[in-house]
Amino acid sequence: MPKVELFGGLRDAVDGAKSVSVEGKTIRELLQNLAREYPPMQERIDQGIAVAVDGVIYRDDRDQPIPKGAEVVLLTRIAGG
Amino acid sequence: MKHDSKFTNQKFKLVGTRVMRPDGVDKVTGRARYGADTFAPGQLVGAILRSPHAHAKIRSIDTSRAEKLKGVKAVITSADLPDLTDGDSDLYDILENCMAREKALYDGHAVAAVAASDAETARKALKLIKVNYKILPHVTDVDEALKPGAPIIQPRVLTKDKPHKPTNNAGVTTYGHGDVDAGFEKADVVIEKSYKTEQVHQGYIEPHACLASMGPDGQGELWVTTQGQFAYRNWCAALLGMEMSQLKVTSSEIGGGFGGKTHVWTEPLALALSRKANRPVKLVMSREDVFRGSGPASSTSIDVKLGATRDGRIVAAHAALRYSGGAFPGISGDIGAMVAWACYDIENVKSVGYEVVVNRPKVAAYRAPSAPMAGFAIESTVTLLAGELGIDPVEFRLKNAAREGTRASYGPTYGPIGIVPSLEAVKNHPHMRARLGKNQGRGMACGFWFNFGGQTCADLAIGEDGTVALSVGTVDVGGARASLSLIAAEELGIPYEQVRCNIADTASLGHNDMTDGSRGTFSSGMSTIFAARDAIEQLRERAAKTWDIDVENVSWKNGKAIAKGTRKSLTLAELAAASSNTGGPISGHNQVVADGAGVSFASHICDVEVDPETGATKVIRYTVVQDAGKAVHPDYVEGQFQGGAAQGIGWALNEEYVYGEDGRIQNPGFLDYRIPVCSDLPFIDTVILEVPNPNHPYGIRGVGETSIVPPLAAVANAVSNATGVRMTHVPMSPPRILAAINASLPG
Repeated sequence: MPKVELFGGLRDAVDGAKSVSVEGKTIRELLQNLAREYPPMQERIDQGIAVAVDGVIYRDDRDQPIPKGAEVVLLTRIAGG
Repeated sequence: MKHDSKFTNQKFKLVGTRVMRPDGVDKVTGRARYGADTFAPGQLVGAILRSPHAHAKIRSIDTSRAEKLKGVKAVITSADLPDLTDGDSDLYDILENCMAREKALYDGHAVAAVAASDAETARKALKLIKVNYKILPHVTDVDEALKPGAPIIQPRVLTKDKPHKPTNNAGVTTYGHGDVDAGFEKADVVIEKSYKTEQVHQGYIEPHACLASMGPDGQGELWVTTQGQFAYRNWCAALLGMEMSQLKVTSSEIGGGFGGKTHVWTEPLALALSRKANRPVKLVMSREDVFRGSGPASSTSIDVKLGATRDGRIVAAHAALRYSGGAFPGISGDIGAMVAWACYDIENVKSVGYEVVVNRPKVAAYRAPSAPMAGFAIESTVTLLAGELGIDPVEFRLKNAAREGTRASYGPTYGPIGIVPSLEAVKNHPHMRARLGKNQGRGMACGFWFNFGGQTCADLAIGEDGTVALSVGTVDVGGARASLSLIAAEELGIPYEQVRCNIADTASLGHNDMTDGSRGTFSSGMSTIFAARDAIEQLRERAAKTWDIDVENVSWKNGKAIAKGTRKSLTLAELAAASSNTGGPISGHNQVVADGAGVSFASHICDVEVDPETGATKVIRYTVVQDAGKAVHPDYVEGQFQGGAAQGIGWALNEEYVYGEDGRIQNPGFLDYRIPVCSDLPFIDTVILEVPNPNHPYGIRGVGETSIVPPLAAVANAVSNATGVRMTHVPMSPPRILAAINASLPG
C-alpha cells in the first residue's frame, strides 16, 4: 500500500497527518481511494492537485502507474507565468 | 500512451541550430497584428470606469446620463453580469475582479463600462456615470493587513479555527522535513534576517487589448492578446452563460505577457458590451489601466533563519514568507513556501507561506511566480552566512546544493538536476576572475523553478506539395514557432523551411492549456514529435500501398520512405502528391497530457557599481548560467535567459508600486514606474547547460521562468559587496541605498 506524503494545506484534509497509506496502482486509483477515506480531500482534488511519483510531478496524468515502493507526494497544483 | 515520452539521447540534425524565426519579418516591419491591430465593420470603442478608492462600498451606480449621450450604444455594470458561477469560488473571484459588485476592493477596480461610437464619446460617457461610494478603511501593506484590527477586505475569507471569523490571512501552508529546532541546536553560526519586496508589474509593452463580437444568434468571437486562447474562451463563456463552442477565441501576436496575460480582465466586459450593443467592441487598456486594473506580482515580507556548522554544512533552515494576493486569495504564499529552499540539500528545513489579502489589484503570475521574492531573501541570507563562516559563496553553495537523490524541501526526491553543474560553471567562468574597480562589487545567487506541462495537442497537415502546416494551441511568446518547426522538420527529416507553424484558434484545435509554467516548447514540442511520428506512420503505409509490400518493410529516413532491401524510395513530396490516390490527405495528430516537466536551476553572477554620493546603482556585468535540458533553438533560449535577468534587475533596482496614504497607486505609468531600458543594462552573457530531462523525448526542460529568480539576490549581494551594507528591501532604489549607507556610518 503506497505511503502518500502530503504538504501544505493538503494536510488539513487528512486530519493534519503528514502521510497516509492508501491503495492505488495508478494516480487515478490512489486519488479515488484517498477521497473515499478522507472525504474533505475531494474538494482539494477538484480544486487542482499535483502528484509526484518517484520525484516526477504529474499535474494531469491520472493514468500514471505507481510502482511498488514508489515515493508518492501530494502537492499544490502550482501556477506559472 | 501511444508514444513513449522518455529521453532517448537522439542525435539531432536541426534541433540546436539557430534558424531564422518565421514571425521575424512581420515583427520588424510592423505587419504583425497584435491585440489592437484588428477591426470589424461597425465596431465600437469600449472604455472602463474604475474606482478611485482603495476600498469602498458601492451604494448605487446611475448610468442614465451616460446612456442618453449621443453615440453611446451600451453601458454595463455588475448588474449586466449576473452570477452564473454556481458555487465555483475561483470563477466568482474572476467575475468580481472583472467588475466590482457590492464593493470596490482596490484603486482601479472596474465598476462600469461603456461602448460608444468613438473614444471621445466613450470618455465623456464615463464622466457621466455617477457612482455613490461609501469609503471604507483600507490596507495595502502585507504586514499591516495581518495585524489585529486591520480592515477586512473579503468577508468570505474566514479563519480556519472555529468560530470562523473574517480575516485577511487567506491561508497558511507549511513545507519541509526534519527537526528544525534540533538542527539549529547543532549550528555553530545562525543568521536571522527579515526582508521586504515591493509589488511589481510584468511590464509587458503591449497593453491588454481585444475585439469582441457577439451576435444576436448567441455566437461570439474574440480576438485578443493572451497567453491562452482556450482558457480565455472557457472563462468568458462561463461568465457570460455561453456554451464554449459558441465562442471562438483567436490569439493575436503578443507583445509580452510573462504571466500577466493568463487571466481575463476586460475581455468578459468587452463581450458583455458587444452583446448589449449588438455591435463589435474594441477595448484597449491604457498604460494606467494596465497598472491599476490588471494583475501585478505580490509584495512580500519574509523572515529567514539559517544555521550552519563551522565546516560549512547547513544544518537547519526556516523561512516565514508572507505574500500579498491583492484583493482576492490565491496560492502565492503556498508557492513561495515550496520554492524557498529548493536549491539546497538540508536535513532540517521548514518554510511557512502566508497568503494575505490586501486592497491591491488581484495578483497574477509573473514569471516563476513567488520564486524571485523568496530567492531574494534566501540567497541573501546564504551569502551572509557564507561570509560569516569565511567560505567562498560559490563553494558554500556547492557544499550544500541539492543533487540527484536529494529530498527536495517541498517533498519529492530530485531526479537529474542542474544546480551543481550551474555552480561549477559559475566557479569556472572568467567573469568570476575579472577585477573590480572602485565602488564596484560582485554577487551571485541561485534560483529554482518547477516548470510544468499540461494538456496539449498538435495537428500536422501535409500539403500536396509536401510542405507542412503545423498547428499548435500554445501561444508563441518567445520564438516557439521556430522551435516547433525545427522539431517537426527534425522528426520528418525535411528542411526547416518546409514547415510553417501556426497558432490555432479555439475552433480549430482541441483544448490546449495556456503558455505558462515554461511549458510552450516542452509540451507542444512533445505533441509535435508525436504528431510527426503519427504522420510518418501514415506515410509509410502510403508507400507500402504504392509498392504493394508490407508496411513493416518500409522505413522512414531523411524525409523519404525506403523499401527495405531495395533502392526504392519515395520522398515526402512524392507521397503527398499521390495522396489522393492512396487514401486521401495525410495529416498527423496528437493529444497528450505533457506531464514530467523537468525542474530547472540557474546561477547568476552580477557586478555593480554604486555611486556612494547618490546611491544610484549601475549593473556593469551580468552572466546567466542555466540548465535548458536541450536547447531547441539556442537564440531563443538565450533570449529567455537575458529577458528574465533584465526583468529581475529592474525588480531589484527600480520597480515598485508606490501607494499613497489614500491607498491609491501614485505611479501608474512608465515615467514613474521605471523598467530598465537598454542603456540601463550591460550585455547579459549566457551559458546554456544541457542536463536532459528524462521525461521528454528530446530531453527538453522549460526555460522561460527560472532566469528571473536569481537576479534580485545576485544584485543585492553585489550591492552589499560594493557598499559593505546589507540591503534587505527591494527595490534597492537610490534613496534606499543612500539611507542604508548613511545608517551604517558611525555617529
